[in-house]
Amino acid sequence: MATKPPEPILTRTWDYITETQIWRSIFRHGMPSNSRNRALAVMTNVFLHLHPVKIRKSGIRLKFTWCMGGLTFFLFLVETFTGLLLMFYYRPTVAFAYMDIIDLAEQVPLGIMRELHRWGAHAMVISVWLHMFRVFMTGSYKPPREFNWNVGVILLVLTLLLSFTGYLLPWDQLAIWAITVGSNMARATPFLGYEGPGAQLLALGDVKMVHAGSDARFALLGGRFVGEGALLRFYVLHCVGIPLVAGILMAIHFWRVRKDGGISGPM
Amino acid sequence: MSDGQDSASNPSPAPGAPAAPPATAAAAAQPAAAPPAGAAPSAAKSTEPSGLTRRLFLWSLPVGWVAFAGACVSSLIASGRSLFPNVLFEPPQSFKAGFPSEYNVGEVDVRWKDAFGVWIVREPDGFYALLAVCTHLGCSPNWLPTENKFKCPCHGSGFYRTGINFEGPAPRPLERARVVLADDGQLLVDKSVKFQQEKGEWENAEAFLKA
Repeated sequence: MATKPPEPILTRTWDYITETQIWRSIFRHGMPSNSRNRALAVMTNVFLHLHPVKIRKSGIRLKFTWCMGGLTFFLFLVETFTGLLLMFYYRPTVAFAYMDIIDLAEQVPLGIMRELHRWGAHAMVISVWLHMFRVFMTGSYKPPREFNWNVGVILLVLTLLLSFTGYLLPWDQLAIWAITVGSNMARATPFLGYEGPGAQLLALGDVKMVHAGSDARFALLGGRFVGEGALLRFYVLHCVGIPLVAGILMAIHFWRVRKDGGISGPM
Repeated sequence: MSDGQDSASNPSPAPGAPAAPPATAAAAAQPAAAPPAGAAPSAAKSTEPSGLTRRLFLWSLPVGWVAFAGACVSSLIASGRSLFPNVLFEPPQSFKAGFPSEYNVGEVDVRWKDAFGVWIVREPDGFYALLAVCTHLGCSPNWLPTENKFKCPCHGSGFYRTGINFEGPAPRPLERARVVLADDGQLLVDKSVKFQQEKGEWENAEAFLKA
Protein backbone atom coordinates (compact mmCIF):
# COMPACT_ATOMS: atom_id res chain seq x y z
CA MET A 1 0.00 0.00 0.00
CA ALA A 2 1.39 3.37 -0.98
CA THR A 3 1.50 5.71 1.97
CA LYS A 4 1.28 8.81 -0.22
CA PRO A 5 0.28 9.30 -3.88
CA PRO A 6 3.18 9.69 -6.37
CA GLU A 7 3.86 13.24 -7.52
CA PRO A 8 2.81 14.21 -11.04
CA ILE A 9 5.36 13.46 -13.75
CA LEU A 10 5.86 17.17 -14.54
CA THR A 11 6.69 18.01 -10.97
CA ARG A 12 9.13 15.14 -10.73
CA THR A 13 10.80 16.15 -14.03
CA TRP A 14 11.06 19.77 -12.87
CA ASP A 15 12.57 18.68 -9.59
CA TYR A 16 15.02 16.44 -11.40
CA ILE A 17 16.13 19.24 -13.75
CA THR A 18 16.56 21.81 -11.00
CA GLU A 19 18.61 19.35 -8.96
CA THR A 20 21.17 18.72 -11.71
CA GLN A 21 24.63 20.18 -11.44
CA ILE A 22 24.20 22.05 -14.72
CA TRP A 23 21.11 23.87 -13.49
CA ARG A 24 22.58 24.62 -10.10
CA SER A 25 25.81 25.91 -11.63
CA ILE A 26 23.86 28.45 -13.70
CA PHE A 27 21.20 29.55 -11.18
CA ARG A 28 22.66 30.05 -7.73
CA HIS A 29 19.38 30.82 -6.06
CA GLY A 30 15.96 29.27 -5.64
CA MET A 31 12.75 30.24 -7.37
CA PRO A 32 12.12 33.99 -7.06
CA SER A 33 9.15 33.42 -4.80
CA ASN A 34 10.48 35.47 -1.88
CA SER A 35 12.15 38.87 -1.76
CA ARG A 36 15.62 37.42 -1.04
CA ASN A 37 15.59 35.21 -4.11
CA ARG A 38 14.11 37.98 -6.21
CA ALA A 39 16.99 40.22 -5.21
CA LEU A 40 19.49 37.45 -5.92
CA ALA A 41 17.96 36.86 -9.34
CA VAL A 42 18.81 40.44 -10.29
CA MET A 43 22.17 40.67 -8.57
CA THR A 44 23.60 37.39 -9.85
CA ASN A 45 22.66 38.06 -13.47
CA VAL A 46 25.25 39.89 -15.53
CA PHE A 47 22.60 41.54 -17.71
CA LEU A 48 20.28 42.52 -14.88
CA HIS A 49 22.81 43.54 -12.25
CA LEU A 50 23.06 47.09 -13.60
CA HIS A 51 19.36 47.41 -12.91
CA PRO A 52 18.21 48.32 -9.42
CA VAL A 53 17.05 45.40 -7.31
CA LYS A 54 14.08 47.44 -6.23
CA ILE A 55 12.61 50.60 -7.68
CA ARG A 56 9.96 53.00 -6.51
CA LYS A 57 6.42 52.44 -7.62
CA SER A 58 6.52 55.93 -9.14
CA GLY A 59 9.56 54.91 -11.17
CA ILE A 60 7.54 52.62 -13.41
CA ARG A 61 4.71 55.06 -13.93
CA LEU A 62 4.66 55.72 -17.66
CA LYS A 63 3.19 59.15 -17.05
CA PHE A 64 6.34 60.11 -15.18
CA THR A 65 9.20 58.61 -17.23
CA TRP A 66 7.58 58.17 -20.66
CA CYS A 67 9.90 55.14 -20.77
CA MET A 68 11.98 57.15 -23.21
CA GLY A 69 15.35 56.04 -21.82
CA GLY A 70 14.37 52.39 -22.00
CA LEU A 71 12.91 52.92 -25.46
CA THR A 72 16.16 54.52 -26.60
CA PHE A 73 18.13 51.52 -25.35
CA PHE A 74 15.67 49.17 -27.05
CA LEU A 75 16.13 51.08 -30.32
CA PHE A 76 19.91 50.87 -29.89
CA LEU A 77 19.57 47.09 -29.66
CA VAL A 78 17.35 47.09 -32.75
CA GLU A 79 19.97 49.14 -34.62
CA THR A 80 22.73 46.79 -33.49
CA PHE A 81 20.85 43.70 -34.64
CA THR A 82 19.61 45.03 -37.98
CA GLY A 83 22.98 46.68 -38.60
CA LEU A 84 24.75 43.38 -38.01
CA LEU A 85 22.50 41.71 -40.59
CA LEU A 86 23.20 44.51 -43.08
CA MET A 87 26.94 44.02 -42.62
CA PHE A 88 26.66 40.57 -44.16
CA TYR A 89 25.73 42.14 -47.50
CA TYR A 90 27.10 45.70 -47.54
CA ARG A 91 30.61 46.38 -48.89
CA PRO A 92 31.97 49.85 -48.05
CA THR A 93 33.74 50.56 -51.35
CA VAL A 94 33.01 53.06 -54.07
CA ALA A 95 32.38 50.25 -56.57
CA PHE A 96 29.89 48.28 -54.48
CA ALA A 97 28.33 50.46 -51.78
CA TYR A 98 25.41 51.92 -53.75
CA MET A 99 24.65 48.66 -55.59
CA ASP A 100 24.65 46.74 -52.31
CA ILE A 101 22.13 49.18 -50.86
CA ILE A 102 19.88 48.62 -53.91
CA ASP A 103 20.38 44.87 -53.57
CA LEU A 104 19.46 45.00 -49.90
CA ALA A 105 16.13 46.51 -50.86
CA GLU A 106 15.36 44.45 -53.94
CA GLN A 107 17.21 41.11 -53.84
CA VAL A 108 18.08 40.21 -50.27
CA PRO A 109 15.38 38.26 -48.38
CA LEU A 110 13.42 40.48 -46.00
CA GLY A 111 14.34 43.62 -47.90
CA ILE A 112 12.74 45.71 -45.17
CA MET A 113 15.85 45.22 -43.00
CA ARG A 114 17.58 48.34 -44.23
CA GLU A 115 14.40 50.37 -43.80
CA LEU A 116 14.08 49.08 -40.24
CA HIS A 117 17.63 50.26 -39.62
CA ARG A 118 16.88 53.68 -41.09
CA TRP A 119 13.55 54.24 -39.35
CA GLY A 120 14.99 52.88 -36.11
CA ALA A 121 17.75 55.47 -36.37
CA HIS A 122 15.26 58.29 -36.87
CA ALA A 123 13.16 57.02 -33.97
CA MET A 124 16.23 56.77 -31.75
CA VAL A 125 17.19 60.40 -32.33
CA ILE A 126 13.62 61.43 -31.47
CA SER A 127 13.44 59.26 -28.35
CA VAL A 128 16.82 60.54 -27.15
CA TRP A 129 15.56 64.12 -27.42
CA LEU A 130 12.30 63.26 -25.64
CA HIS A 131 14.26 61.45 -22.90
CA MET A 132 16.42 64.53 -22.44
CA PHE A 133 13.33 66.75 -22.42
CA ARG A 134 11.67 64.61 -19.75
CA VAL A 135 14.82 64.57 -17.60
CA PHE A 136 15.01 68.33 -17.89
CA MET A 137 11.34 68.94 -17.10
CA THR A 138 11.39 66.68 -14.02
CA GLY A 139 14.60 68.33 -12.80
CA SER A 140 16.37 65.01 -12.78
CA TYR A 141 19.66 66.59 -13.87
CA LYS A 142 20.13 68.17 -10.43
CA PRO A 143 22.68 66.91 -7.87
CA PRO A 144 23.55 64.16 -7.28
CA ARG A 145 22.67 63.32 -10.88
CA GLU A 146 24.70 66.03 -12.64
CA PHE A 147 27.46 63.59 -13.66
CA ASN A 148 24.93 61.29 -15.28
CA TRP A 149 23.40 64.25 -17.11
CA ASN A 150 26.80 64.92 -18.67
CA VAL A 151 27.24 61.29 -19.64
CA GLY A 152 23.82 61.58 -21.27
CA VAL A 153 24.87 64.68 -23.21
CA ILE A 154 27.86 62.78 -24.60
CA LEU A 155 25.56 59.88 -25.51
CA LEU A 156 23.31 62.36 -27.33
CA VAL A 157 26.29 63.58 -29.37
CA LEU A 158 27.32 59.99 -30.11
CA THR A 159 23.76 59.23 -31.27
CA LEU A 160 23.92 62.16 -33.68
CA LEU A 161 27.38 61.07 -34.87
CA LEU A 162 26.04 57.57 -35.50
CA SER A 163 23.33 59.14 -37.66
CA PHE A 164 25.88 61.32 -39.42
CA THR A 165 28.30 58.49 -40.22
CA GLY A 166 25.46 56.21 -41.31
CA TYR A 167 24.18 58.95 -43.62
CA LEU A 168 27.16 58.50 -45.96
CA LEU A 169 26.97 54.73 -46.36
CA PRO A 170 24.24 54.54 -49.09
CA TRP A 171 26.75 56.46 -51.25
CA ASP A 172 24.16 58.29 -53.33
CA GLN A 173 24.20 61.98 -54.29
CA LEU A 174 22.33 62.98 -51.14
CA ALA A 175 24.84 61.12 -48.97
CA ILE A 176 27.98 62.43 -50.64
CA TRP A 177 26.94 66.09 -50.68
CA ALA A 178 25.41 65.98 -47.22
CA ILE A 179 28.71 64.70 -45.81
CA THR A 180 30.63 67.21 -47.93
CA VAL A 181 28.61 70.01 -46.39
CA GLY A 182 28.68 68.53 -42.89
CA SER A 183 32.37 67.75 -42.80
CA ASN A 184 33.22 71.25 -44.04
CA MET A 185 32.43 72.39 -40.52
CA ALA A 186 35.63 70.62 -39.44
CA ARG A 187 37.59 73.08 -41.59
CA ALA A 188 36.72 75.78 -39.06
CA THR A 189 37.95 73.84 -36.01
CA PRO A 190 40.15 76.12 -33.89
CA PHE A 191 43.83 75.32 -34.55
CA LEU A 192 42.99 71.90 -36.08
CA GLY A 193 41.05 73.08 -39.15
CA TYR A 194 42.89 74.96 -41.88
CA GLU A 195 40.26 77.71 -42.00
CA GLY A 196 39.78 77.83 -38.25
CA PRO A 197 41.03 80.51 -35.85
CA GLY A 198 44.61 80.00 -34.81
CA ALA A 199 45.53 77.71 -37.70
CA GLN A 200 47.62 80.50 -39.24
CA LEU A 201 49.74 80.61 -36.09
CA LEU A 202 50.85 77.01 -36.55
CA ALA A 203 53.53 77.49 -39.16
CA LEU A 204 57.27 77.04 -39.44
CA GLY A 205 58.35 80.08 -41.39
CA ASP A 206 56.40 79.91 -44.63
CA VAL A 207 55.48 76.25 -44.22
CA LYS A 208 51.98 75.83 -42.84
CA MET A 209 51.53 72.96 -40.39
CA VAL A 210 47.72 72.95 -40.75
CA HIS A 211 46.55 72.94 -44.38
CA ALA A 212 43.91 71.17 -46.46
CA GLY A 213 46.08 68.05 -46.49
CA SER A 214 46.77 67.83 -42.77
CA ASP A 215 43.83 69.24 -40.80
CA ALA A 216 40.96 67.72 -38.82
CA ARG A 217 38.73 67.35 -41.86
CA PHE A 218 41.50 65.54 -43.70
CA ALA A 219 41.85 63.05 -40.84
CA LEU A 220 38.08 62.55 -40.77
CA LEU A 221 37.75 61.95 -44.51
CA GLY A 222 41.11 60.32 -45.21
CA GLY A 223 41.46 62.72 -48.15
CA ARG A 224 40.76 66.21 -49.42
CA PHE A 225 37.18 65.41 -50.45
CA VAL A 226 34.51 62.81 -49.77
CA GLY A 227 35.91 59.75 -51.57
CA GLU A 228 36.69 56.11 -50.92
CA GLY A 229 38.78 56.96 -47.87
CA ALA A 230 35.85 58.79 -46.29
CA LEU A 231 33.47 55.91 -47.05
CA LEU A 232 35.70 53.36 -45.33
CA ARG A 233 36.42 55.59 -42.34
CA PHE A 234 32.78 56.40 -41.79
CA TYR A 235 31.90 52.71 -42.09
CA VAL A 236 34.42 51.72 -39.43
CA LEU A 237 33.34 54.56 -37.14
CA HIS A 238 29.67 53.71 -37.70
CA CYS A 239 29.96 49.96 -37.10
CA VAL A 240 32.73 49.71 -34.50
CA GLY A 241 34.16 52.93 -33.09
CA ILE A 242 31.14 54.92 -32.00
CA PRO A 243 28.97 51.93 -30.90
CA LEU A 244 31.85 50.71 -28.73
CA VAL A 245 32.23 54.05 -26.95
CA ALA A 246 28.45 54.45 -26.71
CA GLY A 247 28.11 50.95 -25.23
CA ILE A 248 30.64 51.66 -22.51
CA LEU A 249 29.01 55.01 -21.69
CA MET A 250 25.57 53.37 -21.62
CA ALA A 251 26.76 50.88 -19.02
CA ILE A 252 28.03 53.80 -16.92
CA HIS A 253 24.79 55.72 -17.54
CA PHE A 254 22.53 52.87 -16.38
CA TRP A 255 24.75 52.06 -13.43
CA ARG A 256 24.74 55.68 -12.28
CA VAL A 257 20.95 55.83 -12.54
CA ARG A 258 20.94 53.17 -9.87
CA LYS A 259 23.71 54.67 -7.77
CA ASP A 260 22.29 58.21 -7.88
CA GLY A 261 18.99 57.32 -6.28
CA GLY A 262 17.03 55.29 -8.80
CA ILE A 263 14.90 56.34 -11.69
CA SER A 264 14.29 60.04 -11.17
CA GLY A 265 11.72 60.85 -8.52
CA PRO A 266 12.39 63.02 -5.49
CA MET A 267 15.58 62.33 -3.57
CA MET B 1 64.58 36.53 4.47
CA SER B 2 62.60 33.34 4.95
CA ASP B 3 65.85 31.42 4.74
CA GLY B 4 67.22 33.41 7.64
CA GLN B 5 64.13 32.82 9.74
CA ASP B 6 64.23 29.12 9.02
CA SER B 7 67.86 28.78 9.99
CA ALA B 8 67.36 30.89 13.12
CA SER B 9 64.44 28.83 14.34
CA ASN B 10 66.32 25.62 13.62
CA PRO B 11 69.59 25.67 15.58
CA SER B 12 70.84 22.34 14.21
CA PRO B 13 70.62 22.44 10.40
CA ALA B 14 70.16 19.28 8.40
CA PRO B 15 73.39 17.46 7.62
CA GLY B 16 72.76 17.76 3.88
CA ALA B 17 73.24 21.57 3.88
CA PRO B 18 75.47 22.58 6.73
CA ALA B 19 76.93 25.97 5.82
CA ALA B 20 74.69 27.42 3.12
CA PRO B 21 71.77 28.78 5.22
CA PRO B 22 73.90 31.01 7.48
CA ALA B 23 75.80 32.38 4.49
CA THR B 24 72.66 33.41 2.57
CA ALA B 25 71.14 34.84 5.71
CA ALA B 26 74.16 37.04 6.22
CA ALA B 27 74.13 38.21 2.62
CA ALA B 28 70.45 39.04 2.73
CA ALA B 29 70.73 40.89 6.01
CA GLN B 30 73.78 42.89 4.96
CA PRO B 31 72.14 45.64 2.85
CA ALA B 32 69.43 46.14 5.44
CA ALA B 33 71.89 46.48 8.27
CA ALA B 34 74.36 48.73 6.46
CA PRO B 35 73.48 52.41 5.95
CA PRO B 36 72.21 53.15 2.41
CA ALA B 37 75.10 55.49 1.59
CA GLY B 38 78.65 54.22 1.13
CA ALA B 39 80.16 51.21 -0.56
CA ALA B 40 78.89 47.74 0.35
CA PRO B 41 81.40 45.42 2.01
CA SER B 42 83.37 43.31 -0.39
CA ALA B 43 82.09 40.13 1.22
CA ALA B 44 78.47 41.04 0.47
CA LYS B 45 79.38 42.15 -3.06
CA SER B 46 80.88 38.83 -3.91
CA THR B 47 77.88 36.84 -2.72
CA GLU B 48 75.21 38.99 -4.40
CA PRO B 49 74.06 37.14 -7.50
CA SER B 50 72.34 39.96 -9.44
CA GLY B 51 74.26 43.03 -8.37
CA LEU B 52 70.94 44.84 -7.70
CA THR B 53 71.58 47.15 -4.80
CA ARG B 54 68.84 49.05 -3.03
CA ARG B 55 70.11 52.30 -4.55
CA LEU B 56 69.98 50.87 -8.05
CA PHE B 57 66.53 49.41 -7.43
CA LEU B 58 65.13 52.73 -6.16
CA TRP B 59 66.63 54.62 -9.09
CA SER B 60 65.18 52.14 -11.57
CA LEU B 61 61.61 52.94 -10.43
CA PRO B 62 61.28 56.50 -11.82
CA VAL B 63 63.40 55.60 -14.83
CA GLY B 64 61.12 52.67 -15.54
CA TRP B 65 57.96 54.70 -15.14
CA VAL B 66 59.26 57.49 -17.35
CA ALA B 67 60.22 54.94 -19.99
CA PHE B 68 56.80 53.31 -19.73
CA ALA B 69 55.00 56.65 -20.00
CA GLY B 70 57.19 57.58 -22.96
CA ALA B 71 56.35 54.32 -24.70
CA CYS B 72 52.62 54.90 -24.11
CA VAL B 73 52.68 58.49 -25.36
CA SER B 74 54.78 57.70 -28.42
CA SER B 75 52.55 54.78 -29.43
CA LEU B 76 49.56 57.09 -29.01
CA ILE B 77 51.18 59.66 -31.29
CA ALA B 78 52.10 56.95 -33.78
CA SER B 79 48.50 55.70 -33.78
CA GLY B 80 47.26 59.22 -34.48
CA ARG B 81 49.82 59.74 -37.21
CA SER B 82 48.70 56.55 -38.95
CA LEU B 83 45.36 58.23 -39.66
CA PHE B 84 47.08 60.72 -41.98
CA PRO B 85 47.92 58.79 -45.17
CA ASN B 86 51.17 59.56 -46.97
CA VAL B 87 49.87 58.61 -50.41
CA LEU B 88 46.46 59.75 -51.64
CA PHE B 89 44.67 58.03 -54.48
CA GLU B 90 43.22 61.36 -55.55
CA PRO B 91 43.83 63.45 -58.66
CA PRO B 92 46.92 65.63 -58.19
CA GLN B 93 46.56 69.24 -57.14
CA SER B 94 48.22 70.54 -60.28
CA PHE B 95 47.75 69.35 -63.85
CA LYS B 96 48.44 70.31 -67.44
CA ALA B 97 45.30 71.45 -69.22
CA GLY B 98 46.28 71.31 -72.88
CA PHE B 99 47.38 74.07 -75.24
CA PRO B 100 45.81 77.55 -75.32
CA SER B 101 44.70 76.97 -78.90
CA GLU B 102 42.36 74.21 -77.74
CA TYR B 103 40.09 76.74 -76.03
CA ASN B 104 37.37 78.79 -77.71
CA VAL B 105 37.22 82.46 -76.86
CA GLY B 106 34.24 83.35 -74.68
CA GLU B 107 33.55 79.79 -73.55
CA VAL B 108 33.51 78.20 -70.11
CA ASP B 109 35.36 74.91 -70.58
CA VAL B 110 34.01 72.04 -68.47
CA ARG B 111 36.33 69.23 -69.66
CA TRP B 112 38.43 69.22 -66.45
CA LYS B 113 35.56 69.61 -64.03
CA ASP B 114 34.86 65.93 -63.29
CA ALA B 115 38.50 64.91 -62.89
CA PHE B 116 39.99 67.99 -61.21
CA GLY B 117 37.08 70.22 -60.18
CA VAL B 118 38.24 73.19 -62.26
CA TRP B 119 36.60 75.30 -64.99
CA ILE B 120 38.87 77.11 -67.39
CA VAL B 121 37.35 80.25 -68.87
CA ARG B 122 38.78 81.70 -72.08
CA GLU B 123 38.27 85.43 -72.33
CA PRO B 124 39.38 87.49 -75.35
CA ASP B 125 42.52 88.61 -73.49
CA GLY B 126 43.38 85.45 -71.54
CA PHE B 127 42.50 82.57 -69.22
CA TYR B 128 41.41 82.07 -65.66
CA ALA B 129 40.73 78.85 -63.72
CA LEU B 130 37.73 78.74 -61.36
CA LEU B 131 37.52 76.16 -58.60
CA ALA B 132 34.25 74.21 -58.74
CA VAL B 133 33.68 74.48 -55.00
CA CYS B 134 30.71 76.51 -53.84
CA THR B 135 31.72 79.15 -51.31
CA HIS B 136 28.56 78.46 -49.30
CA LEU B 137 29.09 74.93 -48.01
CA GLY B 138 31.43 73.27 -50.49
CA CYS B 139 29.16 71.53 -52.98
CA SER B 140 30.03 71.41 -56.65
CA PRO B 141 28.09 73.92 -58.81
CA ASN B 142 27.20 73.29 -62.47
CA TRP B 143 27.84 75.53 -65.47
CA LEU B 144 24.53 76.35 -67.16
CA PRO B 145 25.48 77.70 -70.62
CA THR B 146 21.95 78.72 -71.59
CA GLU B 147 21.58 80.85 -68.47
CA ASN B 148 25.21 81.97 -68.60
CA LYS B 149 25.84 81.24 -64.92
CA PHE B 150 27.16 78.72 -62.41
CA LYS B 151 24.41 77.21 -60.25
CA CYS B 152 24.90 75.12 -57.14
CA PRO B 153 22.35 72.27 -56.78
CA CYS B 154 22.63 72.08 -52.98
CA HIS B 155 21.23 75.44 -51.88
CA GLY B 156 20.81 77.42 -55.09
CA SER B 157 23.80 79.76 -55.04
CA GLY B 158 24.44 81.42 -58.41
CA PHE B 159 27.66 82.88 -59.82
CA TYR B 160 28.41 84.90 -62.96
CA ARG B 161 30.92 83.50 -65.41
CA THR B 162 33.56 85.64 -63.70
CA GLY B 163 32.90 83.74 -60.48
CA ILE B 164 31.15 86.65 -58.72
CA ASN B 165 28.21 85.51 -56.60
CA PHE B 166 24.85 87.15 -57.29
CA GLU B 167 22.10 84.89 -55.87
CA GLY B 168 21.56 82.35 -53.14
CA PRO B 169 23.37 81.97 -49.83
CA ALA B 170 26.98 81.99 -51.12
CA PRO B 171 28.76 84.75 -49.16
CA ARG B 172 31.66 85.39 -51.58
CA PRO B 173 32.83 84.72 -55.14
CA LEU B 174 34.25 81.43 -56.35
CA GLU B 175 37.98 81.07 -55.87
CA ARG B 176 40.43 81.11 -58.76
CA ALA B 177 43.45 78.82 -59.07
CA ARG B 178 46.96 79.60 -60.28
CA VAL B 179 47.17 79.24 -64.07
CA VAL B 180 50.47 79.70 -65.95
CA LEU B 181 52.12 78.42 -69.11
CA ALA B 182 54.27 75.31 -68.67
CA ASP B 183 57.63 74.89 -70.42
CA ASP B 184 56.02 72.86 -73.21
CA GLY B 185 53.47 75.58 -73.91
CA GLN B 186 50.52 73.91 -72.19
CA LEU B 187 48.36 75.52 -69.54
CA LEU B 188 49.42 74.54 -66.03
CA VAL B 189 46.75 74.76 -63.32
CA ASP B 190 47.76 74.56 -59.66
CA LYS B 191 44.81 74.21 -57.27
CA SER B 192 46.99 74.52 -54.18
CA VAL B 193 47.46 78.23 -54.91
CA LYS B 194 44.11 80.01 -54.59
CA PHE B 195 43.12 83.62 -55.30
CA GLN B 196 40.12 85.23 -53.59
CA GLN B 197 38.39 88.21 -55.17
CA GLU B 198 37.35 89.78 -51.86
CA LYS B 199 41.01 89.95 -50.84
CA GLY B 200 41.96 91.62 -54.13
CA GLU B 201 43.98 88.58 -55.16
CA TRP B 202 42.44 88.31 -58.63
CA GLU B 203 44.78 91.15 -59.61
CA ASN B 204 47.69 88.75 -59.05
CA ALA B 205 49.62 87.91 -62.23
CA GLU B 206 49.14 84.16 -61.78
CA ALA B 207 45.37 84.45 -61.31
CA PHE B 208 44.91 85.47 -64.94
CA LEU B 209 47.01 84.16 -67.82
CA LYS B 210 47.27 86.76 -70.56
CA ALA B 211 47.00 85.26 -74.02
